[in-house]
Amino acid sequence: MTSVVLPGAGPDLPDGPGVAVAPGDAPEKRPSLLGVVVPPLLLSAAVVGVWYLFSYVILKPSRRFLLPPPQTVIHTSFLEWNNLHPLLQSLALTAKAAGLGLAISILLGFAIAVAMSQAKAIERSVFPWAVVVQTVPILALVPIIGFMFGYNFRSRVLVCVIIAIFPIITNTLFGLQSVEEGPHDLFTLQGVSRWTRLWKLQFPAALPNVFTGLRISAGLSVIGAIVGDFFFTQGQPGLGILINTYLNRLETPQMYGDVILSSLLGIFAFLMVGAVSKRVIGAWYDSARGRAA
Amino acid sequence: MALVQEATRRPVTASAGVSFEGVSKKFPDGTVALNPVTFEVESGEFVAVVGPSGCGKSTLLRLASGLTKASTGSIDVAPGKLGYVFQDATLLPWRTVRRNVELLAELRGVPKAEARAAASAAIATVGLNGFEDKYPRALSGGMKMRASLARALTTAPEVFLFDEPFGALDEITRERLNDELLRLFADRRFAALFITHSVAEAVFLSTRVLVMSGRPGRIVADIDVPFGYPRASELRYDPAFARIAGEVGAALREAHS
Repeated sequence: MTSVVLPGAGPDLPDGPGVAVAPGDAPEKRPSLLGVVVPPLLLSAAVVGVWYLFSYVILKPSRRFLLPPPQTVIHTSFLEWNNLHPLLQSLALTAKAAGLGLAISILLGFAIAVAMSQAKAIERSVFPWAVVVQTVPILALVPIIGFMFGYNFRSRVLVCVIIAIFPIITNTLFGLQSVEEGPHDLFTLQGVSRWTRLWKLQFPAALPNVFTGLRISAGLSVIGAIVGDFFFTQGQPGLGILINTYLNRLETPQMYGDVILSSLLGIFAFLMVGAVSKRVIGAWYDSARGRAA
Repeated sequence: MALVQEATRRPVTASAGVSFEGVSKKFPDGTVALNPVTFEVESGEFVAVVGPSGCGKSTLLRLASGLTKASTGSIDVAPGKLGYVFQDATLLPWRTVRRNVELLAELRGVPKAEARAAASAAIATVGLNGFEDKYPRALSGGMKMRASLARALTTAPEVFLFDEPFGALDEITRERLNDELLRLFADRRFAALFITHSVAEAVFLSTRVLVMSGRPGRIVADIDVPFGYPRASELRYDPAFARIAGEVGAALREAHS
């Protein structure tokens, strides 16, 4: 051991004030529990208050069915098994379509983005089609899809993929291409293959963007599953068809129950992506500030 | 520990670490970044290059490392290991300090145990013990630069290229890192080519200072710095030091007038 160890360089002697903290980052004050919990609760209470206002004050009793009060919605939709049962069955079906659609969007969208990042020619020829798929109104596509592929589960998944894949492609591609010159040079100097560069540099660097895309796509996939179902109006009923059914029968409490379940499904998808994102990149990436270091 | 053996085994020879002969660089858009330059950095020599921004200083390093091809002339770099320290620390934010320092060995396919040992030695050398498992976001600017230096050290470089590595640091941190870099140089005697725009830093570190003119760059002065190593921090306040710094400064001003 003749290695020289530089004296005075130990962590006990910081480089300057604020060691181990990026300069300019003052220690943050943690918001109190009161501040975290109270404002959202107040807003939620206000929303429910407005709901009651409409149900009991603004609407005449004869027209109250247009917006039944919250306790009626909850009681009729969620506490009566006869009503809850079809809702849960539809929820399961819609959740399955949305989940499968999202999974396919991730795999396919990621593969497309990687291919586009590897050759400008691929990017130039594929990107316009991705935009076309994104901009064609889904309402115009749904009947065609149903007509061509049948009003079945597969078609519902297809609608989800069409609506959810675009943000994954664009965000992943942006992430793969956003690596700065310095890290690229560093890898170039080691004479790495393009796959090593992709796997060890571009892919991890793109992860924050991938999750940004995922967050959007997760919500879109749920919407796709419901909208597709709504317009198919045939086949095993998901939450979309059920909305139509309740509307036609003027069973408004169940209809609102359906809407609540739909949004809960969307929220669940959003939270899931957030949790996975935090687990995968939370250690080094600050999502709230949108930066790594 | 390969790193340590490498440093002690190699005899100090007078062979050229880097040699440029009539090297110029013209970019495809027609900009001339570098007029023909000729110079050598011998093994055990520390050559600093000063010049104004945009004079092609960094281009010298990109040429020496092969990141960019020269338009004319020939470049000889001693076969063997090349260390490159970038202007930014260029740490990968998703890797801890240890995994960042291991990166080069990993990319070259060095066995894991060997890579780990070299990384541990390098981390100890730059004084980052205890920070191995921290992510770059938790480090100060100076500590990031130390990690970057440690990463370059793992390859036991015989030719070391520095591209204004301390330019973004505050002066106190910069001087400390200068002191430590010199201890490292005194011990290992690699050939160093160090780009900076600080006259004081150039004179304090080097055995020779090359002064470059504004774009398109060329070498307008080659000034010897006759102080031996190791050098004490106090050298910066020595009249002899001031005289040489004055000489470098005068050459810089002359090149711009």
